[in-house]
Formats: sequence, structure tokens, C-alpha cells
Amino acid sequence: MIDRIRTGLANPQLHRAVVGILLFLGLWYLLTAVLQLPRFKLIPDPLQVIKEWFSLEPLSGRSLFTKTYYVDIAYSIARTLTAFGLATFMGVTLGLFMGWSRIFYDFSFPVLEILRPMPPLSWIPLAVLILPGVEVAVITVIFIAAFFATVLNTLLGVFSIDRNYFLAAKCLGSRPKDIFFNIVVPGSLPFVFTGLQIGMGIAWMSLVAGEIIVGQRGLGYAIYEGYSLYQYAQVICYMFTLGILGYASSAAIRAVGRKLMAWEARKRGA
Amino acid sequence: MAINNQNGYGAISIRKVGKIYDPEGVHVEAMRDCSFEIAAGEFAVIVGPSGCGKTTLLNAIAGFDTITSGEIYLDEELISSPRKQIKPDVDRMVVFQNGALFPWKTVVENITYGPLVQRKMKKPEAMDAARDMLSKVGLNEIEDKYPEELSSGVQRRVEILRALINKPKVVMLDEPFRGLDAIAKTVMHEFLVQIFCTASNTMFFITHDLDEAIFLGHKVVIMTTRPAQVKKIVTVNLPWPREHHLKGSETYLDLKREVLEAVHEEAKKAFEAGEREMA
Repeated sequence: MIDRIRTGLANPQLHRAVVGILLFLGLWYLLTAVLQLPRFKLIPDPLQVIKEWFSLEPLSGRSLFTKTYYVDIAYSIARTLTAFGLATFMGVTLGLFMGWSRIFYDFSFPVLEILRPMPPLSWIPLAVLILPGVEVAVITVIFIAAFFATVLNTLLGVFSIDRNYFLAAKCLGSRPKDIFFNIVVPGSLPFVFTGLQIGMGIAWMSLVAGEIIVGQRGLGYAIYEGYSLYQYAQVICYMFTLGILGYASSAAIRAVGRKLMAWEARKRGA
Repeated sequence: MAINNQNGYGAISIRKVGKIYDPEGVHVEAMRDCSFEIAAGEFAVIVGPSGCGKTTLLNAIAGFDTITSGEIYLDEELISSPRKQIKPDVDRMVVFQNGALFPWKTVVENITYGPLVQRKMKKPEAMDAARDMLSKVGLNEIEDKYPEELSSGVQRRVEILRALINKPKVVMLDEPFRGLDAIAKTVMHEFLVQIFCTASNTMFFITHDLDEAIFLGHKVVIMTTRPAQVKKIVTVNLPWPREHHLKGSETYLDLKREVLEAVHEEAKKAFEAGEREMA
């Protein structure tokens, strides 16, 4: 155990990561606290942000030791996960069928390609008009953002499968259903997981935008409120909170991917 | 040359087969009036210049593609003609040029795939059959490995086992050992001789390697340059099971000279045709 920690600490990758982070914080401190450049006058330095983040009585009413902080996080996570879950389920299903059936592809691809470039936020008016309540509207915006990345990557995943696998499966006596579950699904997984990572990234971005425009509560909403109330330290610690959540969710997707794609991991000698 | 076929299945008759790709447009004639017979349980090796249409013939027999003239029969049953094309099925197995083991399935999952989707065997039974096959060829250690963890020689052997477990009438191999080095090829040839002597399939084997052709085949069918026709059929009168010392024998060298001469003529024609196209 101790040996493992020791080798872990001796890892040069870790050293470089720590140095990278320290350089970033140093630059930030230099610009805001030491040089106090004109445009950076209002920006809190790293120490102020950390102080606010860990404060028992924060100026903004939001820190690691307040309930509000966790309520904000819970709202944002619930929205993102709901939307991402829906987008994954519908996007992967649609993408697999589009890739598998030429006829279905011919029908659906043009519609998809027109809808896909529309910025997620441009859907907000329609979402508010059609859907009941603001909450559903925010989730819809996040869903749309993640959905298209997922569909497109899944579709590319199916197209990436070597034609010989389909021929071999036919020779071996597969029915269409067998080909779908034994070739189409596993063959597209590496691309699907790339799509999910991208989708998760876009989901967090859209969350903040959606919450700023129509939201109540949540990290994005609180960032905007902090901005209005001159609580810049709180704005920055919420930004980092989002960064950490985004990092954790990507790591979670990668971990699930490694589990489902054992053959890919072993190929790389892991 | 004893053809060791107990059940007498798997005779292929290729009659005046022709194939034109894109007849309205580019019009590439891949085969013309190609006819020959393969007896049940015979090991037939097809050689010919690159791009001459050998794979076209394999695709037609396998049911991957259509032909534009002629007929192909399997055991007196019409399987391919311009009006009829039966689908790929388990009686005709293909081992692909670049390998088509499913990378997301382990070795044993690949081998048991056929019997399981055809519902011919229950899972434990299929697993036992697969393990049995693997251990007979000394590959029992690798059953839980993924294909990409294995050398290409081992991958090819597993792919051949995956085909054989279905007890097909015909096994078609499209340059299966291309890209393997000479030593690996020797091992593969011994492997193929071993399984061919125990199974009773007809073999349809495409290659560029003349040594391989003579060492493995009951007969070597030499194709002309495009459009492919049969140029010559050389019967290989070497005893089975084939052993490596045969390669030094007088008969072997005579056969090789004969095949080489026929192939060389076609290669020259193909080369000149290529030069004309370039000019």
C-alpha cells in the first residue's frame, strides 16, 4: 500500500500536472494581485476565491459550508443527468438504426442535418412555449445539445464497422437481429463513447446558458446572480465547481467505456 | 490422390460463369466463360494475376455478389445464375483476406458464435466443442483472449476453426496467409493439412503463392488475366498427408515448373495490359 503511494508520488506525470496547476495559479495571482492591471482590477485573486469558497460565513452566502451551495449543485446535476440520460438513450438508439437501415437513414438524415447546426439556445423560445414549466425548458435545451453529438457519433460508429464483419456474420447464420446486437452495437461502441464525452461537455455548457436565461436555482443561475450582486469571488468558485463536475462526469464516462470495451483496453495493453 | 470425403457433399460446378461490373457505365469484365469442376472433398487452389477476378468468383459462390452469365451448382443445386442468387449460408464458409474475427468477442466467443446464433447447440455444448477444437491444434491457452492480442497467424487459425465448427460443405479462403512470413506460413500449412485430413470439407483456396498452391492442393486452377478464364488445371499427384520433405521431390519441382510457366505467361500479359493502361 505504502509502496503504491510512493510509486504514485514518484510518477513524473503527476509532477508535471502539479507544476502546470501551480503555474496557472501563479499567473492568475500575478495578473490580479501583483500587477493589478487595469482590466483585472475587479477580478479576485486566487486567495480571495479560496477564502470565499472555504468560508464559514461567506459574503455571497454560498460556500462549501452552506446548504445553498449543495442545493445549487444538486439542481444542476439533476438537470444535466436527466437531459444527458435522455439524449444518450434516444441518440444512441436513433444513431444505431440510422446506421443499420439505409432506408431509415435516407428518411432521417436530411432532417437531422438541418436541425443539428441550430444552436441549442435558439430552442429556448419554442421550449418555453411548448413545454410546461421552466424546468422542462432548461432540460430540453441541454438535451438538444447532447443529443446531436450522440446521434452523429453513433452513426459514424456504425459506418466505421468493417464490411467483412457483416459478411462473416451472415455466413455464420445470423439473422438481422443477431447482426444488430453482435456487430452493429459492439462495433460502434468506441465512437458512441467519444460522442458521449462530447455530449457531456456540451451538456454542461448549455446548462449554464439555460439556467442564466430561464432558470431558477442551479450553478449557472447563481453565477449570474453573483455577477449582478458584485460577488465575483463566488462567481469564480462556482466556475471551478462546474469544471470539477465536468471533469468527474467525463472520467465516469471513460470508466464505463473501459468496462464495456474490454477488447479496446487490452489492445492498448492496459 | 485420395480425396477423403465421407459424406460426399460439397461438389462445386462452375459453368460458363461471367461477371461484368457496371455494364451500363464503366463496363469492367471480370470473368468470361469460366468453367471448372471441384469434386466433393477436394482441395482446389485458385491462382492467377492480381485483380483477375478470383475474388469475384468466391463472392458469387459465397452469395455476396451476383454473376451476369453462367451458372454455379453446389451438389447439383443451382446456387447462382443471373436470375438466381442464394444468400450466404452456413454450408459455405468464408475466411477473409484481412481476417474478420469479431474484435469485441474473445476467441471462444468467436468460435461458438455460429452454432449459437443458428441454435444448433446450447452454450455449454458449444463451449466444449470450441475448447476441444482449440486443444486439438494446441491453442487451448488462448480461449479468453481477444483477437487483437494474438499474432495474425494465430488469428487466422482461430478464424478457420470458427468456420469449421459449423461443418460447412465448402470452406473458401481468400489469400488467408497473405502478409505472414515464410516461417509462419509453414506452420499454417501444416495446420491446414492437419484439419483438412480430419474434416471432410471441400476447399476453395485463393492464393498468389505457388509453393502454397502445390503443397496444399489436389488441383491448381490457373486463371488468365482479366477477364478471368481457366488457363490450365494442374493435378497435383503428391501423397496425403502432405509433408514438408515433399517440397524437395522431383515430382514437386516438375509441378512447380509447370505452374510457374503458366502463371508467368499470364503475369506478363497482365503487366503489358497494365503498361497499355498507363500509356
